[in-house]
This record gives sequence, structure tokens and C-alpha cells, in this order.
Amino acid sequence: MRWSFFLKEALRGLRRSSAPALAALLTVLLTAVVLGVFIPIVQATTGTANEVRSRVVVDVYIKDTATAQEKADLRSAIENTANVKSVEYISKAEALRLARGKNPKAFKDGTELLGSNPLPDSYRVTPVDPDKLGQIVQRLNAGGEPQLSAIDEVRDREEDTNKILSATGLVKGLTAGLAVLLVLASIALIANTIRLSVFARRREVEVMKLVGATNWFIRWPFVIEGMIVGFFGGLLAVLLLAILKTTFVDPLAERFALLAAPDTIDFPLLIVVLMLACIGVSALGSGITLRRFLRV
Amino acid sequence: MAVAKTGSVAAARKRPLDVPVVEFKDVTKVYDGGSVAVQSANMRIGRGEFVFLVGPTGCGKSTCMRLLMKELEPSRGEVSIAGRPLSEVPRSRVPYLRRNLGVVFQDYKLLPNRTVYDNVAYSLQVIGESRKEIRRKVPDILRLVGLSTKLHNYPTELSGGEQQRVSVARAFVNHPPLLLADEPTGNLDPETSIGIMQLIYRINRTGTTVIVATHDKEMVDKMRRRVIELREGRIVRDERSGFYTQDESTQEFAIRLRGELGVGDEGHPN
Repeated sequence: MRWSFFLKEALRGLRRSSAPALAALLTVLLTAVVLGVFIPIVQATTGTANEVRSRVVVDVYIKDTATAQEKADLRSAIENTANVKSVEYISKAEALRLARGKNPKAFKDGTELLGSNPLPDSYRVTPVDPDKLGQIVQRLNAGGEPQLSAIDEVRDREEDTNKILSATGLVKGLTAGLAVLLVLASIALIANTIRLSVFARRREVEVMKLVGATNWFIRWPFVIEGMIVGFFGGLLAVLLLAILKTTFVDPLAERFALLAAPDTIDFPLLIVVLMLACIGVSALGSGITLRRFLRV
Repeated sequence: MAVAKTGSVAAARKRPLDVPVVEFKDVTKVYDGGSVAVQSANMRIGRGEFVFLVGPTGCGKSTCMRLLMKELEPSRGEVSIAGRPLSEVPRSRVPYLRRNLGVVFQDYKLLPNRTVYDNVAYSLQVIGESRKEIRRKVPDILRLVGLSTKLHNYPTELSGGEQQRVSVARAFVNHPPLLLADEPTGNLDPETSIGIMQLIYRINRTGTTVIVATHDKEMVDKMRRRVIELREGRIVRDERSGFYTQDESTQEFAIRLRGELGVGDEGHPN
């Protein structure tokens, strides 16, 4: 009896004030679409930033005279250094192949002129935390002096590293800030629209209080109304996003790696998150804005 | 018929008169702005009484009503209903207090987007009455106030008097022991006012204590009931009319009132 009554009251409320309800629905719809577009973008950007960061490496060049035993010792020494994630051996031939891929002119024609491969064997060291790359360099090459006899030179490509670190840091900070602003703006916008529709019915609330309705008795229909509005707003937003995804993003994803970044949110999960957020924010918004009018 | 029956039941259950239904003990209400609405008011209203609260606008009548509904808290003193001080009623219990009070206002305060039937039904739905009971009680009470043909009209389609009847029906549908009416006839012409007063008198005769705030002196004088007069927040007069006929029937009451106010005895049947 009670719940069917509340549901009926909520539907009556929606029918009666369909204009403010529609406004609230559109607000929910728009913010949900914006969020739905923004969440994967934020994730793709931070994902890309992280991917770029993982390219920060230290190259340890090995002397041509080093024996196999010395090379093995060096490898285990590097692996035992703090903050080292992985060590990759790049032989002379491998290094030449890679170099040719990057700059065919210099390395193809040049080495043919030289008649031999000028590149040394090397270890490519990937750090756990790119921001603390200096530690590794410090350990292996304290004061510019190689610490092990097999090391010819340690290079961390300092300039590149610094550029990568500051650029990706900026991107991450900006997207995080934007995301917070967007969420705040969405909540404020939805709360305001709901406030309008509740305000239009404050007289009704006053009368309900006079005949002895408890606060929750008055509140439930409004909360259910908010949930219905949130549900439909969210549903329309999800439909719109699905259309956008199938018509624009999916065809492009085949061509651009960025859009297919593996760690963006799954579409079904995104749908669930958006729907819950829409329903929750609308219901909470209705319940909370009503509080002001319940104080009689 | 139904009314006469309830009346005798209420009479049979009469509690000792020394517990007043309403008691004001040295009540003072000062609004936040500093204006004094009620000052050191003392009054006791017994069970089944019909009391007029009179005085010019701004004398504190409405404040007294709002104190009784616990819409306001007194600045000093104590307001009790049925021997229970309202200051002891916690905020969360206020709705339950209001279910035992019927309230009627000058501006009717009906829900504009509900039919007459739904307006009255709402106050039963609020107390969790079953659908069956609602279907039984609402048409009953609407018949009592003479609106059985306007069940499915909206308030805007009714005259002022009819709207006030709906409001009285809503106030009385769950038979509260106390009925408060704040200027119930303030917006109505004399003939319609008599109809409303007659209705309220009829409710009083079922054993319900009634307090009516009004500035319609003429009406008050003719009704010959207990009158409490307020002036600038103080009670300046509290008298039981000498010609108080305790057991006047509703019919007699209306005829006398019409005669004394000089209004023809035509008009609403109720």
C-alpha cells in the first residue's frame, strides 16, 4: 500500500510538473553524455602519459673488451640496483638494426663506408619509478666515473627524460583537474534544476506538513521522482553514447592506437557507472533540496 | 445521523474536566525581530468547549494557533495539549501531534492539483489508513459538509465557501479531538460564513473541542460562546456568554444566527 502510494504520488508529480522534470532530465542527460565522453578520454590520456613515461630508460654501454663473465657480472649488478624494473641486453648487431630503423640514411650508408659496426653492446635499464631515474645513474656512474670495469659509459638521455616527465605530469594534472571541475559542475547543475522543480511545489509540501505527514512520507515521492528522472536521463545518455561509439569511435579505433588504449574503461562498466551516478545524484538531489522546505 | 451517533459516543467517554484540552501557562512569544506577539497569556480550554479567539489583526491570534500546532516554540511559558506540554514533544513526533489536530485556514490551503476527494483522502493516506477505509470515510465526510456532488472537481472549480467546506472536511475526516480554525470565514460573505460556522458548530457537538480565531465581532457576539479577547498580545477578556444555551441543536443554532445577523434562511442546506 505504502510503496504503491509513493510510486503513484511520484508519477502524479511527474505528470503535474512535466516541464521542470523535463529540464532535470535534459540536464542529467547532457552531463551524463559529457561525463561518458570525458571518462574514457581522461583514461586514455593518462594511459598514454604512463606509456610515454615507461620509455624513460638508462643505457649502459659495455666496453668492447669485456668478457662474457664481466658482462654477466654487470647484468646481475644492475639487476640488484634499487629501482630497476628490467634489464634488456642489446647486442652490437641489434643496436645497429634499431638505429637503421630510426635513421636509415646515416646508419645504412655510414656503416657501409666504415666497413664495421661502430655501436657497442649495451644494457637498456627500465626504472620502476621514472621520477627517480637519477638514483640508478648515481649508483652505476657515481661522480661521472663508471663503478664497474665493464662499463664504458652510462647515459640517461637527461634532456629527453626531463621533457617527458614534465610534459606527462602536466597532462595528468590538467585532466585530473578538469575531471573534478566537470563532476562538480554536473552536481551543481543537477541540484539547481531539481531545486527549481521542488520550489514550484513548496506550497504542496507545506500543506502536507499541516495534515501531519512525516518528513519521509513527503520525501519518498520526490526521491522516487528523482530516481525516475535520473534513470531516463541516464538511459538516453547511454543510448546516445552507444550511437556515438559505434558510428565514430569504433571505426577510428582501428586506425589510432590512442583510442584503443587497453586500459580505458569497458563500455558496459561505463554504462553501469553512469546509470548509477545519474539515479543516485538525482535521488539525493531531490531528497536534500526538499530539506529546506520541510522545516516548518 | 452519523454525527449524532459519534456525539453520544464522545459524551459517554468524557474524561474528567480537570484535564484541560488546551492550556497556556504564562506564554510569551517574541519573534526574532523583537516584536512581541503574545505576552504572558494564561488560558484553559476544557473538553468539548467552543471558544472564540478575537481581536484586531496582529493581536496574536494566529501566533496562538501556530503555537498549538508546534509550528512555533514559545519564548517563555508552556503550551500543553491534553495535559502534555508541547515542549516535551520531540521534533520527529510533531507530525503525529498534528494528526490529532484539525486545522482550517482563511486561505483554505488545499492542494490545487488534486480533486476534492483526493484532498480529503490525503490526510487519511498520511496516517496509513487502508484503501478500503478511505473509500468508506471520504464520501461520508463529504456528504456531511454537503459536497457529495463535487467529489471529482478541482479546488479551482469551487466557490470560496465550497473550498472552505473541503478544508473543514479534511480537518475533521479522522475525527481529531481538537479543531483549530484560523479566520475560517475571513474570505467569505455573511451567508456562506453562517454555513461554515454551522458546520464547525456541528463538529463541536460531536465532542470535539473547537477554537476559532476571528475578527468578525458581529458573528462572535451572536454565537454566544466563550470569547477570549486578545489585544497587543495580552488576554484582555475571557468570558463565558451569559446566554449560553448548552444544548442548542445545529438547526436551532443556524436559525437563530440567521435571524440575528439579518440573513434569510435560504442558502446551503448544511
